[in-house]
Amino acid sequence: MSVLVMALLTCYAAGVVVPACLPSRPTHQNLVAHSLACTAGLLGVALGIAGLIAPEPLTTSLSSTIPYLSFAIRLDPLAAFFLLTISLVGVAASIYALGYATEYYGRASLGALGSLFNGFLLSMTLVVLADNGFFFLIVWELMSLLSYFLVVTEHEKADVRYAGLFYLIMTHVGTAFIMLTFLIFFQEGGSFSFEAFRHPEQPLPEGMRTVAFLMALIGFGTKAGIVPLHVWLPYAHPAAPSHISALMSGVMIKTAIYALVRVYFDFLGGQFPWWWGFVVLLVGTVSALLGVMYALMEHDLKSLLAYHSVENVGIILLGIGSGMIFQTYGLNEFAALGLLAGLYHTINHAMFKALLFLGAGSLLYATHTRNMEEYGGLLRRMPWTGACFLIGAVSIAALPPTNGFVSEWLVFQSLFLSFHIPSILLKLILPLAAAMLALTGVLALACFAKAFGISFLALPRSSHARHAREVSVSMRLGMALLAIICVVLGVAPMVVVPLLDRVVTPFASVSIEGKVLALDGWALAPVNVEFSSLSPPVLALLLVALSMLALGLVVAFGGLVRKRYYKTWGCGINLTRRMEYTATGFVQPIKRVFSTIYQPTVKLETEFLEESRYFAKRRRFEFHIEPVFQKYLYDPLVAFFTAMAERLRVIQAGSLHLYLAYIFVTLVVLLLIAV
Amino acid sequence: MLQAIIVVVGQIIVLLAVSPFIVGLIRKVKARLQLRRGASVFQPYMDIAKLFRKQPVVSSTTSWIFAVSPYILFASTLAAGLLVPVFVSKTPLNFAGNIIALVYLLALGTFFLILAGLDAGSAFGGMGSSREAIVASLTEPAMILSIFAIALTAGSTNLSTIVHKTALLEGIVTDPSPHLMALASLFIVAIAETGRVPVDNPATHLELTMIHEAMVLEYSGRYLALVEWAAGLKLLVFLTLIANVFAPWGIATSVEPAALGVGLATYLVKVSALAVLIGVIESMFAKLRLFRVTDLLGVAFILALLGLVFFYVLRG
Repeated sequence: MSVLVMALLTCYAAGVVVPACLPSRPTHQNLVAHSLACTAGLLGVALGIAGLIAPEPLTTSLSSTIPYLSFAIRLDPLAAFFLLTISLVGVAASIYALGYATEYYGRASLGALGSLFNGFLLSMTLVVLADNGFFFLIVWELMSLLSYFLVVTEHEKADVRYAGLFYLIMTHVGTAFIMLTFLIFFQEGGSFSFEAFRHPEQPLPEGMRTVAFLMALIGFGTKAGIVPLHVWLPYAHPAAPSHISALMSGVMIKTAIYALVRVYFDFLGGQFPWWWGFVVLLVGTVSALLGVMYALMEHDLKSLLAYHSVENVGIILLGIGSGMIFQTYGLNEFAALGLLAGLYHTINHAMFKALLFLGAGSLLYATHTRNMEEYGGLLRRMPWTGACFLIGAVSIAALPPTNGFVSEWLVFQSLFLSFHIPSILLKLILPLAAAMLALTGVLALACFAKAFGISFLALPRSSHARHAREVSVSMRLGMALLAIICVVLGVAPMVVVPLLDRVVTPFASVSIEGKVLALDGWALAPVNVEFSSLSPPVLALLLVALSMLALGLVVAFGGLVRKRYYKTWGCGINLTRRMEYTATGFVQPIKRVFSTIYQPTVKLETEFLEESRYFAKRRRFEFHIEPVFQKYLYDPLVAFFTAMAERLRVIQAGSLHLYLAYIFVTLVVLLLIAV
Repeated sequence: MLQAIIVVVGQIIVLLAVSPFIVGLIRKVKARLQLRRGASVFQPYMDIAKLFRKQPVVSSTTSWIFAVSPYILFASTLAAGLLVPVFVSKTPLNFAGNIIALVYLLALGTFFLILAGLDAGSAFGGMGSSREAIVASLTEPAMILSIFAIALTAGSTNLSTIVHKTALLEGIVTDPSPHLMALASLFIVAIAETGRVPVDNPATHLELTMIHEAMVLEYSGRYLALVEWAAGLKLLVFLTLIANVFAPWGIATSVEPAALGVGLATYLVKVSALAVLIGVIESMFAKLRLFRVTDLLGVAFILALLGLVFFYVLRG
């Protein structure tokens, strides 16, 4: 296995170095960079599976001359699971990139793009493998910086630069909190190795544990995109090239989930007061609901998908949070179930979100716009992309028989089992969270009905869409691969659950494989078959069989009468694209019902004909929704820091002598304190 | 195994055969209350049979989604029906999914119908789809909470277990108030989900009021037959759910021929009674404005929540 690790790291490293050194022929650079990434990804998949089934975690270490730093690697089931997730998406994204990167020929350096792509994958891989806090922080920072460079690939555009800057600041604020978390552990453990974090010499005092919990939630939450720290996501994810967006939204934010599980269940040993789980649950609920609500109002396809990442991180946290609550009350089996549900949703979200971003990339490639209102009728022009996007949409809307449904069902179950908790408050709050999850689910359904319906169905809404062509084979392959994985994860949970069980067993100190899988693996039945059960393969078969029955009924009752094609009735005039329902119109009722959240402002200007006030020459309609978090949280913060900086400018006179004096005074003060 | 197959096939046949009757019965009740004679209760059968033989006219702007959606809708609704005990309390497919699976199966059909509404490119379809999306969004939380309140009292989220336990008078609650509140909530949800007055009017073809009908406006021939049949099925699934969860009396708890006969007969009586009730409600109330539906569904949500609170308070 250590050979596999070396091969994997070498492959990525080669992917970083070789494309940058190649002579500047974009075709070659593209091919080399992405085939190396693909190979490394396949090795990663193999390593991930090996790590999941290996009885003992694999550890290797390379010490360094820097104190406290050692390049230690540990592949336990949790790390292996995330490695598998990252690598699967990595493989699909690199296959896709072979075709998609042609878009950047002549516009950006393919050598740089390819190197950064490999470097980004390498840093994410190392984040989940790292077994030393110092090392972790280095690769974490590397991951943030490389993704920043990738975000600003199209740096000639002002909004891309703004998105990049926003992301850079947010991610560093997050990193600061992560550093503080690790420093707390370091204080007690005396070492930066994760082993010392896990088993400190003396246990952390209660207050420090709480601080560590909150710092980790803020620090990693920034990367994961929890509300209200999510504001960078809808800027940064859409700005990046689409295969990078797929990696960022699909897996980079999952490294934060990894780290949260690592810190809470591993370092803090799964000993929580009840309110920790409650806080995580609350953050999850709010993120899920607000994420999907803002997504609904978004008509830039990639921003919409970015907001959905906020939603899905919320769903993942619902699973993890309920697990934490159960852990508090010693209900280990349910704790394992909650954690398992959260992790199942993690891999599922990685797959369908990457798929959807690749699909959005294909639309961007074919039409050169991200505005949904300019799509339309694309299913006929791009049937493969359309079919893959549809599978992604059905998955993210959590509809059977796809993967999103299975994991959301498990999250529902873990919330429903709350009646075992002795606290009456939590007994009521967990079902309420389930109701909010149901609302989130249907709103996601509405959102993807909009996204797919407006983009792919009916008439083209612009000449861009009318002239769209199906994308190249490699791009289709990348999407198809993820679409297949989505369906497989949906109908074959009996393969996934035992692997996930190996991940959660060490944390919940109980194996629940036998409890979750019933009827020889044909059904999922947390607790027992009598309480609740679900058989995804049987449901899938049932849907197929009953569709056949419907077809049979059609043939039996009427025979297959040839259908006649005719134009849509347009009330007497020919149907044009201007008569179609728009994305804005589609979500109007939702905007109105939830207007307290959106606080929309509508502006309607009408210019009338001079002859008569009854005929409008032109109308102009504008609507905006209030960016609440930016306006009431971030803008005041930015204003505060700017004002502070203005004040501090007094001591920054630019004179070298003055600075030397500062240093001298500081030195004297420090010496005085030391004495 | 053979017994299980017979029960499943029997359930499919009963659901398919009874659903047009329920639609016809509601129409008949409404006609009678309006002092009309009304069409025969068997008219919907003839409608469906005729639609199957008609040549479908399909808009040339549509894609394969439009042609496939009726089949998916029909299959998912029927699959949801197979998870509900109809005349035998222990459905063989009980293990395939609990009540959450039922909710999401119905959502699958809704999703494809919304897409189909958008596919023809006319404003009517889009409007229907958009309205269907908001109504579905508002019903779901109430539905999940009311389901949970019922599941708590029965100690299970599997429908067969709930019905079987209640039918055998096992674990009967001492105070029925949580049950009654959940029943009221679920009834409102059923009305909203199946597009009946006061949320939607299945008899209207006026663009200002249509929801479901606008969405399926472009369908004709065999597609329309499937859509109409599926709409009837969805209604029947909800009525069956309400009838058997809250009043499982008479349902066959074993697979004896005599018990099956009694089960079937009582089932028909129960769903017919509910259909008459819906007919009366439809005649008594006017359709609500779309944005007033929020209030109605808010009431359903609060009722379900109260049911939950009552359950915990009564249990202490």
